[in-house]
Amino acid sequence: MAEFLTHGAVWGVLLTLGAFALGNFLQKRTRQAWCNPLLLGSIFVILFLRLLGISYPDYQASAGPVNYLLLPATVSLAVPLYEQWETLQKNAAAILSGIAAGVLVSVGAILGLAWVFQLNRAAAISLLPKSVTTAIGIDVAGELGGIPALTTAVIMLTGIFGNLTAQAACKLFHIKDPVARGVGIGSASHAIGTTRALEMGPVEGAMSSLSIAAAGILTALLCPLAVNLLP
Amino acid sequence: MRYLFQFLRILVFCFLGEVLHGLLPLPVPASIYGLALLLAALKMRLIRLDQVKETAGFLIALFPVLFLPGAVGIMELGALLADLWLPALLAVTLVTALVMGAAGRVTQAVARWKEARHG
Repeated sequence: MAEFLTHGAVWGVLLTLGAFALGNFLQKRTRQAWCNPLLLGSIFVILFLRLLGISYPDYQASAGPVNYLLLPATVSLAVPLYEQWETLQKNAAAILSGIAAGVLVSVGAILGLAWVFQLNRAAAISLLPKSVTTAIGIDVAGELGGIPALTTAVIMLTGIFGNLTAQAACKLFHIKDPVARGVGIGSASHAIGTTRALEMGPVEGAMSSLSIAAAGILTALLCPLAVNLLP
Repeated sequence: MRYLFQFLRILVFCFLGEVLHGLLPLPVPASIYGLALLLAALKMRLIRLDQVKETAGFLIALFPVLFLPGAVGIMELGALLADLWLPALLAVTLVTALVMGAAGRVTQAVARWKEARHG
């Protein structure tokens, strides 16, 4: 059965888009924030692969074209940033302070968790870059002696969590300014959170896009120092 | 043809990003170099907004689904995540919320402070 289904070249992309579409349909139907198409779609694909006994590398290879578009899509974030350039320039000091605060809190809180739970070094290092884009996070974890696969998983879950809770968190923390909302979402939950920021508005989306880059680079610079403070 | 050429231009910036990532010893991924280069090219008017706009918008609209294959990779980590479930859960939920709050509140506070100072 599995071999019959996975014989051709299209199945991985088809499965990915189909699972996402089903998640999207369920979100429209239920109108629940947690019925997020990325979250539900991933669960559907995992169940499908498990049920038919297909390995992740086989799926990953067949879904390659989907992954391929991540790079051009990330580069395309330059367009909303360009369109919001004036807002960016006007708020440069506030944006940079916000991103720096976010990075410090993120790395500091993970150090705290490492001490409280007495995590082993590799596990703690894998969690350190959890709020940044996978492209940077995996490199940071790999370079410092973490487990890149664990980092990827935590980054993905962080993004999904940020995406799901962005609106509620902005309300909880009384963040009303669209620039500040974008910075908060992008610093905490990278590109997956940014997809929610883009839905909230053009300013939120552009600021969130910028925060992915700035928070990622700051984290990459800070993590080698933070490693010295691990238990 | 218009969309094809827009995609071609975006791919050129992706490629330039990969080249820079290969050449420079900085912790910056190819995607961020590419983003910065495209932004700089737009600002310097080497490229007009209408030469990339629609295709960029299409790619950005695709964003959520592009992460799906990577997210499915979590299925490979069963045992490892099981050992770490509590700290990992706190890192994903509590820390993410704290970071969002801190980054957002500090941005808002500095913006308001500057606005008040400039009247």
